[in-house]
Amino acid sequence: MPDRIRLKAFGMLAEKIGADSLEIENPGSSETLRRLLLEQFPALQPLTFRMAVDRKLIQAETDISAGQEIALLPPFSGG
Amino acid sequence: MIINRFERQVILPGFGQEGQAKLKQSSVLVIGAGGLGCPVLLYLAAAGVGRIAVVDGDVISQSNLNRQVLYGEKDLGKNKADTAIRYFQEKYSDIQWTAIPEYITVDNAQAHIFHYDLVIDGSDNFPTRYLVNDACVLLKKPLVYGSIYQHEGQVSVFNVGSHPCNYRDVFPNPPAPQEIPNCAETGVLGVLPGIIGNLMALEAIKVLSGLGKPLSNKLLLFNSLDTQFQELEIQPNPASQSAIPTSWNEFHQRDYALGVEGVQQLTWNEAMKLMGQEVAFVDVREPGEEPPLVCTGLVKVPFSTLSNELDRFEEAEEILFFCQSGARSQKAAQLLQQTYPDKKIFSIRGGINALKS
Repeated sequence: MPDRIRLKAFGMLAEKIGADSLEIENPGSSETLRRLLLEQFPALQPLTFRMAVDRKLIQAETDISAGQEIALLPPFSGG
Repeated sequence: MIINRFERQVILPGFGQEGQAKLKQSSVLVIGAGGLGCPVLLYLAAAGVGRIAVVDGDVISQSNLNRQVLYGEKDLGKNKADTAIRYFQEKYSDIQWTAIPEYITVDNAQAHIFHYDLVIDGSDNFPTRYLVNDACVLLKKPLVYGSIYQHEGQVSVFNVGSHPCNYRDVFPNPPAPQEIPNCAETGVLGVLPGIIGNLMALEAIKVLSGLGKPLSNKLLLFNSLDTQFQELEIQPNPASQSAIPTSWNEFHQRDYALGVEGVQQLTWNEAMKLMGQEVAFVDVREPGEEPPLVCTGLVKVPFSTLSNELDRFEEAEEILFFCQSGARSQKAAQLLQQTYPDKKIFSIRGGINALKS
């Protein structure tokens, strides 16, 4: 299996990235992924978001392995 | 068997007379009677929750009517909590209804929330969401959370179960005001809050009656464009606990309003003292936002066109901005301060909402 992961972006993050789903090379860890995302999509820099690895919200730097799905989650306030 | 309005749910296996009795004995506080609050109320009332209160200081405006399905053309300008309660009192006399026509604040949250078994957060802004979350953590009250953005929604159940989560376990701190889209500029199809609000009502009924498995320690995501649901697992985050006040005293002192860096905020009283010849008093709300403010010398420049009309403020020595909740007016003040660094520019804290309550 090639070392790739799937990103799923929600809310405003999908708008800034230009897609709600994206396959990329595995950066190896959540913090490296965050850094790469901010570099590649500078519009994300001011935004608050959390990450989930295989549908679990992570609270600290987490290793990412091939084939995992990473969700990028912004807060919503609308009602 | 006695036939009553709950017959069809009482004959449901797993719910029964027992589930109905639990709903009848339960009380729910619904915060916000807007796009989420309306469907929540419709279904909690139809299901027979015994006691329901609605907190909302806002009034109905025309742009609410595509999603706030309890209201119609004749209700424009009326308070939402009062109007919603009147609607339900006529339909269901077996429910005890309470209208609280004010905004939830650090001063009234404890007193209001204390009296109810479960709280529903159907508010539409981050300060209220964090305030309600923290108050419910302090009171250990089950909180059904739902929120929307364009075609997506999030739902969860907080403070329920043996290792309960709350909103700060998902997002420890509110985003900066600059990140947040303006309340008047985010579009929404009415059916989206309808769906999310119904999910919230379902979660409330599950928690209160013991039916099924509530979404505790889970965050449900919904996208209406591709009709996809996704569930994320969440867990208590020790790091975010420190963001929650540890006592009511600390809660009362907390300023939940989002402050834009470098923007000076004034209360209405302080602002009134400044009024005069050289002061521009500016409403940056969009046309149609209720209630209108009528006063001499008031200038109306909707936030959406403000950046094209900066030269209108060349003459003013001081500028006072206000909007509905105090968020857009801070952005307006920030924008003007960049253009006119030497002028004294202020934003009125809490906007029109603060004036009403």
